[in-house]
Formats: sequence, C-alpha cells, structure tokens
Amino acid sequence: MRARLAQHLAALRDACRRLAVAPLNTLLSLLVIGVALTLPTAGWLAVDNLRELAGDTPGVQQISVFLAIEAGKREVGDIESRLEEARAGNWHFVPREEALKRLQASEGMAEIVASLPKNPLPDAFVVTPADTQPESLERLATTFAAWPKVAHVQLDSAWVKRFDALLRLGRLVVMLLAALFAGALVTITFNTIRLQILAQAAEIEVTKLIGATDAYIQRPLHYFGMLQGALGGLCAAALVSAGLHLLTPLVGELARLYGGHFVLHSLSVNDIVVLAAIGGSLGWLGAKISVLIHLRRFA
Amino acid sequence: MISANAVTKRYPEGREALRNVSFEITAGELVFLTGHSGAGKSTLFKLLAAIERPTSGSIVINGQNLAALRRNALPYLRRKLGLIFQDRKLLFDRNVLDNVLLPLAIVGHPAKDALRRAQAALAKVGLPDRQQAFPITLSGGEQQRLAIARAVVNRPAIILADEPTANLDTASANDIFDIFHSFQRVGVTVLIVTHDAFRVHDLRPRILRLDQGEMTEQNENQSPQGAAQ
Ligand SMILES: Nc1ncnc2c1ncn2[C@@H]1O[C@H](COP(=O)(O)OP(=O)(O)OP(=O)(O)O)[C@@H](O)[C@H]1O
Ligand SMILES: [Mg+2]
Repeated sequence: MRARLAQHLAALRDACRRLAVAPLNTLLSLLVIGVALTLPTAGWLAVDNLRELAGDTPGVQQISVFLAIEAGKREVGDIESRLEEARAGNWHFVPREEALKRLQASEGMAEIVASLPKNPLPDAFVVTPADTQPESLERLATTFAAWPKVAHVQLDSAWVKRFDALLRLGRLVVMLLAALFAGALVTITFNTIRLQILAQAAEIEVTKLIGATDAYIQRPLHYFGMLQGALGGLCAAALVSAGLHLLTPLVGELARLYGGHFVLHSLSVNDIVVLAAIGGSLGWLGAKISVLIHLRRFA
Repeated sequence: MISANAVTKRYPEGREALRNVSFEITAGELVFLTGHSGAGKSTLFKLLAAIERPTSGSIVINGQNLAALRRNALPYLRRKLGLIFQDRKLLFDRNVLDNVLLPLAIVGHPAKDALRRAQAALAKVGLPDRQQAFPITLSGGEQQRLAIARAVVNRPAIILADEPTANLDTASANDIFDIFHSFQRVGVTVLIVTHDAFRVHDLRPRILRLDQGEMTEQNENQSPQGAAQ
C-alpha cells in the first residue's frame, strides 16, 4: 500500500519534471487547452447569468391586476375576497397613491409626475401564483379579467416562454460546444503523449528491458495528460475571469443606464475546481488512448 | 540455473542463427560464450533474456520455462537478471547516479536505501566519484562499468553480459573481467559473451563455443573456482 503510493508519487513527480523540462511546449499546450475550454465555460457562464438576470426573479411570474380608475373601496374589498376564495397564491394590494410614489422614485420620472394634474394610476393587485406553469398562469389571468371593475390584467407569460426557450437553446449550444472542445482536448493530449513517447523511445525501451512493468511506464504518461488537462482548465478559468473583469464595469454601467442593478457573477471556487477536474479527466482519457496505441510497438 | 535444450532460432526471412543448441549452466558458474562474428552469440543472449523467442527448443532460467512465461510475468523475470547489452543502452539524458537508480525505481525500492545501494554499486565498479557526471563524458571503459553497476544494483542471481569488453584495451578489459569474478565469488551465475579468445584463455574458465549457429565446444575442464584465481 505504502509502496504503491510511493510509486504513484514518483510517477507524478516524473510527470511534473517532464512538464517543467520543456516550459515553452508546456505553455503552448496549456494555452491551447485553456482556449479550448474557455469558449464552453464562457457560454455556460453567460447562460447562467441570463437565467439569473430574469429567469428566476419572481417579477416575471407575477400577474398584475389593474382596477378601473373609478373603482372604490367596495370594489377593492370585493376583489380581495374573490382572490381569497380563488386560492391563487400570494397577493398584495398596491393602492394608487403608492404606485404614484414608486413612479416618482424611478429614474427621470419625478418631473413628469409632478406636472400631472391628478394621479392617473389605478389601484392594483399583484398576485404571485403558487403554480407558475405558463398554462396555469394564463388560466388565472383569464379568470381575473372576467371579474367586475377589473380594467386590465397583465401577464408576461409569452415573454417567459420565449425566454425559457432561448435559455434552453443557449444551454444546448453550450453543451454542443463543450462536447466539441472536449474532443479537441482529448486530441491535443493524445498528440502530446505521442510526442512524449517518441522522444522517450530509448528510455522506454531500456526500462522495459531491465524489468519495468507496463504500469510503470504508463503511469507518468497518464499523470502527464491529467496534469496538463487540469492546468489547462485552470488556464481557462483565468482567461474567463480576466474576460469577466473587463466586462463587469461595462455591464454595471449598462444596468445603471436602465435604472437597474445587476452584477455579473463570475466563477466560484467550486466552478474552478470542477473545470480543473473536467480538464484533468479529459487529459487522462487522451493520454490513456495514446498510450494504448503508441506503446504497442514496444511489446 | 540456465539450461537450453535443442534451441533453434530462425529470424523471419533469415537463415538459422542458432541450430539445435543445448547446454547447462549451474548456479554460481562463470561461463564464457565465444565464437566468430555472426556465430549467433547475441542471438543466444537475447533468447536467454527473453528478448527474442526460440523457433523451437526450450530454455529454462531460474526454474522458469521461458516458453510458458506470460507477458505480464516477463518484467519480474528480467528483474532477476543483470543484463549488460552489447550497445550498453545507457540513458544519456541523466547522470551516472540516476542511471544506476533506474532499476531500483522500477522495482519501487525505498528512495533512501536506493541511494545507498546505487552508491555501493558504483563504488564496486570503481566509479564512486563520477555520480554527477553524464555518461557522454565517460570513457568507453567507464561507460561499460556504469552498465555493469546498473545491471547489478538489484542484486540479480544471474548476470548476462554481451561483449562487455568490446573496444577496450587489455588493461581495461581485465578490470571488467575482475569485476565479474568478484560477483561470481559471492555466488552469482555469470555468462559473458565475448569473441576475444586471448583474454578468455588467460582466465581459463568454462567456455561455450558457437560456430555458425552450432555449439562446437563445451569446455568443462576448468572448475569455476579455478578461474577465480
Ligand atoms: N534481428 C535479426 N533479424 C535477422 N537476422 C538477424 C537478426 N539478428 C541477428 N541476425 C542474424 O543472425 C546471425 C547471428 O547474429 P548474432 O548477432 O547473434 O551474431 P554474433 O555472434 O552476436 O555476432 P557479433 O560477434 O558480430 O556480435 C547473423 O547472421 C545475423 O545476420
Ligand atoms: Mg553480438
């Protein structure tokens, strides 16, 4: 057990030595792998940010029920009891005075509101349904619209659907990209290991002649592929983080211009570990295949 | 320790390199294998080291029939043999010490003891102060000693050496032969391939002679002990 561990450590050390002995080659391989992993990672991050921007925020799954301007306390009470009865989910009442205050508070609206002779806004209810299926939302909206003194029901379900479809498309594209670049990573590693084997033909031949097992010869090569892939993954994480660093102020600026607040979230430590692990596994796979094919001639 | 029974080796598209060769070497013997160039000496060496397989006949080494040897058992057989190749097969991209450490690394020997053993092996062949040198900077005789140190560092029961004194002057060659004798004295079985009949007779050990692939002489007049003097 102890001896096995020592052998694995020795192989790992050997792999590190091989990476360090040709720094330029190593750097180029890492860059190529890094760039290959950057595209799907960036795509995944973009989809994730988009989903966060709109998909899961409760606003889009709310139904706004606007009453007629002339609706009074009695009508409001009537709607309240109907909502109670319908068990549609959570709801709250937004009186017209409060709506006006909110409007005043939003970017560039204060002057316009001040110039109005009287409050043009109606009373409203904001309903957050328990069931957020697009079809159920639409059914609820139709029900609300039929109630007395309801002037307008607003539901963004079409937009939700479109956004959802877009997100799904985005995810699919990212997945295809990931598969494509995973293949590229395996191929790159396959080739680096092939070159390693060619460069070390003499050493491999001698070690076999003096009693090395196949495992002894293959182990450092497997570790080499794995290390290279994992480091390439870290390289991709660095590239993506650098890109985000450049984008963040611009996105913040843009969000501010729209009167909102949005911060791009970047790669978490967990994401980086996963990226390195994926790179490492793919590198290991490429090395494994290459070793199987190219060590055969030493049999 | 080593026995060959009616061994024939025919290379693909070649003539027979060995024909019906039989012999027996007992444990602790030092034996020379001689013959003209092309007689089949290196071929026999490769058969004994399981680098090539005989076309027919059988070879038993250390109680192990090579024909029955499974592929994944081969490395473990090789570890029991100290092999010295005609072209030495040193690794020129690492220093003397690392060349000698290689067989120990292969068997997973603990690092600290490995260093001690490698240094002892280098001292034994007379290269104690060239540890950090690279093989390319060594003379032919020194490279040969390095090859011997690498072959013996795992304390093999059998040493097989192919032309270990090729291209060496008489004094260097005698030094090399002395080293092999010292191993024989501690019980190691040694087979040395050489075409240098003069030096062979100087030492008067047992001689196997090959002529065009056939064994023509199995001189057993001299006891191995007699050769050690
Ligand atoms: N790999 C091979 N393929 C085909 N023929 C070979 C091969 N190796 C050796 N031979 C032939 O087998 C015969 C014996 O060769 P071998 O190398 O065993 O001779 P040798 O006694 O070691 O000669 P030397 O003293 O020159 O080293 C030669 O005719 C040689 O051409
Ligand atoms: Mg030869």
